[in-house]
Amino acid sequence: MTAATPRLSRLPRRPAVPPRASGFRLTRLRRTVRLGIKSLWLHRLRSMLTALGIVFGVCSVIAMLAIGEGASHEAQEQIKNLGSQNIILRSVKPSEERKVTDKANQSYVLEYGLTTADLKRIKETIPGVTVVVPARVMREYVWNISRQVDCDIIGTVPWYPSMRNHRVAGGRFFTEAEMDERASVCVIGAEMLEKLFPLEPAIGNHVRVGNNYYRVIGVMETRGKATKVEETENVKSSAPNRMFIPLETARIRYGEVLGKQRQGTFEAERVALHEVTVKVATPDQVIPVADAIKNVMERNHKKKDYDMVVPLELLKRAERTKQIFNIVLGSIAAISLLVGGIGIMNIMLASVTERTREIGIRRALGARRRDIIVQFLIETVMLAGAGGLLGVALGVAIPHFVSRFAGMVTIVTFWSPIVAFSISALVGVIFGIYPAIRAAQMDPVEALRHE
Amino acid sequence: MSPPIVQLLDVHKTYQKGPVTVQALRGVSLTFNEGEYVSIMGPSGCGKSTMLNLLGCLDRPTSGQYLLGPDDVSQMDDDALSAVRGARLGFIFQSYNLIQQLTVVENIEIPLYYQDWPEAECREVAVELARLVGLEDRLDHKPFELSGGQQQRVAIARALVNDPLVILADEPTGNLDSTSGAEILEVFDELNALGKTLILVTHDDDVARHSHRTIRLRDGRLESDTRR
Repeated sequence: MTAATPRLSRLPRRPAVPPRASGFRLTRLRRTVRLGIKSLWLHRLRSMLTALGIVFGVCSVIAMLAIGEGASHEAQEQIKNLGSQNIILRSVKPSEERKVTDKANQSYVLEYGLTTADLKRIKETIPGVTVVVPARVMREYVWNISRQVDCDIIGTVPWYPSMRNHRVAGGRFFTEAEMDERASVCVIGAEMLEKLFPLEPAIGNHVRVGNNYYRVIGVMETRGKATKVEETENVKSSAPNRMFIPLETARIRYGEVLGKQRQGTFEAERVALHEVTVKVATPDQVIPVADAIKNVMERNHKKKDYDMVVPLELLKRAERTKQIFNIVLGSIAAISLLVGGIGIMNIMLASVTERTREIGIRRALGARRRDIIVQFLIETVMLAGAGGLLGVALGVAIPHFVSRFAGMVTIVTFWSPIVAFSISALVGVIFGIYPAIRAAQMDPVEALRHE
Repeated sequence: MSPPIVQLLDVHKTYQKGPVTVQALRGVSLTFNEGEYVSIMGPSGCGKSTMLNLLGCLDRPTSGQYLLGPDDVSQMDDDALSAVRGARLGFIFQSYNLIQQLTVVENIEIPLYYQDWPEAECREVAVELARLVGLEDRLDHKPFELSGGQQQRVAIARALVNDPLVILADEPTGNLDSTSGAEILEVFDELNALGKTLILVTHDDDVARHSHRTIRLRDGRLESDTRR
């Protein structure tokens, strides 16, 4: 016997009662997982490329959902700012009218829009209407000594802030008494506060508009960006700053005719009210009241020189849009995950063929069919799960960067990563089952003979 | 005389190979006793491989009985056969059949693994066996890092790990050079001396000469059964 030859003095004997791992076959599961990692690691590049399909699927689902959620959240916030129980009417300059004035008479005073009669009719004839807020909007420069701000001056009623969910940040809004006595008081927007009063306190000071002075009595809270819904309607040139004065004060200061100097020509408009906000008692009355107002307005206006915005309707429309968006997203997600799953199945089938010999060996050494199934299934699920995890990480990161660099609001809902990950694991199971069964169905004799 | 450990009673095996029905075994009856060292020989196509597959519980006879120890394994279902293979049989193949991504120790452990042994015990027994076959300094090597002789010794350790009733070897020296082959055969002799039952398929007379009993098959039938 050579030196290299072993000396078999004693052999391990089977214990009378073979030791058994306790617990729910945890030992085996842990080993199978470890084995799976080893097998996947053996073909690192292949595993990675295979998982990539799932990565992109999961990541795109989460990212798109986040961006969509962000966009719809923003839209809904804006609509809510308008007040879901409100109906907003605005004066709109009829387009054909403008041509006539341009060609014919330069000094013609254009008359259009909402009138006090409309206001009265709505208030008195339509049931369900609780509060009506009229407003006039004048665009002017507001001055504090030498500081100047381009501003929309809004003549309105004292209860405007509560109606439009716009709160007073400092000081107070003007009162009914002040409106009745046509007091020269104003409430300025927070945005213009710094420009007009960078050093001295604003409240108690005066601002000049044209030849009139107004005492500042309050400051409104910041409204963020001018709401998109408002911008799309008519007032495209709406100034970023807003100053509020009592409606009656505005009426005596500006009269009915508003003059505008534009590129040398003088244009005059007679607009009684620029905006009327109607508040309805309960949300379910909004739609019928809106219809009633529409009827009243159509009967009394020959031309469509007004525009009606129903935030509740916009809200519902936004929700429907979101639903459609989600369905489209869902389909894209389903397709991309399906493609990813097919990729995984393809690779696993190849892997099963490639590892026929290994399967044969394991079967010969005591592995049951289900052991083989579990082994391959775990491998597939790990592959899909790893892809899913990576996809979740990317999918959470991408919206973050989109928010930072593109300035879009994105919201990753807490459930979207969970759902996306579970689906990816499920894809692993569904597309792993067939290759695993194929592996288990192999005849051990044939498998051992396989080259 | 030691008790019979393997009993084949009028075993037939037929299978379909395309359109042809092959009668691989046509009524073989044999008895092997505990501690025997048997070689099975015969020209190719005589049914050696079929016989080994049946003995190894990788296949079931078409008719006839196969008693392994006290149990009739000829009618067991797939799961039960897997359990029998894992617990009572040891396999040694011509091409070693080690799993390439596993280390030496892990390869040795496989049969215990499918019997749900706790990890610590598996490792202990596997390391002990690796030491017995002279591979204690190769425990964490992969099969491709070993020579053919070393790989076959890993396979022997794996065949011993579950303390099998019978060790089945299919041309164990077929892929080895004569020196390594001789070493493996010496290991077999030692195993037999320790009371292990060995059944060896070969067509090498020199290999068969190590055994105490040679069975020759021809056309699916027993041709001769010689004891030395």
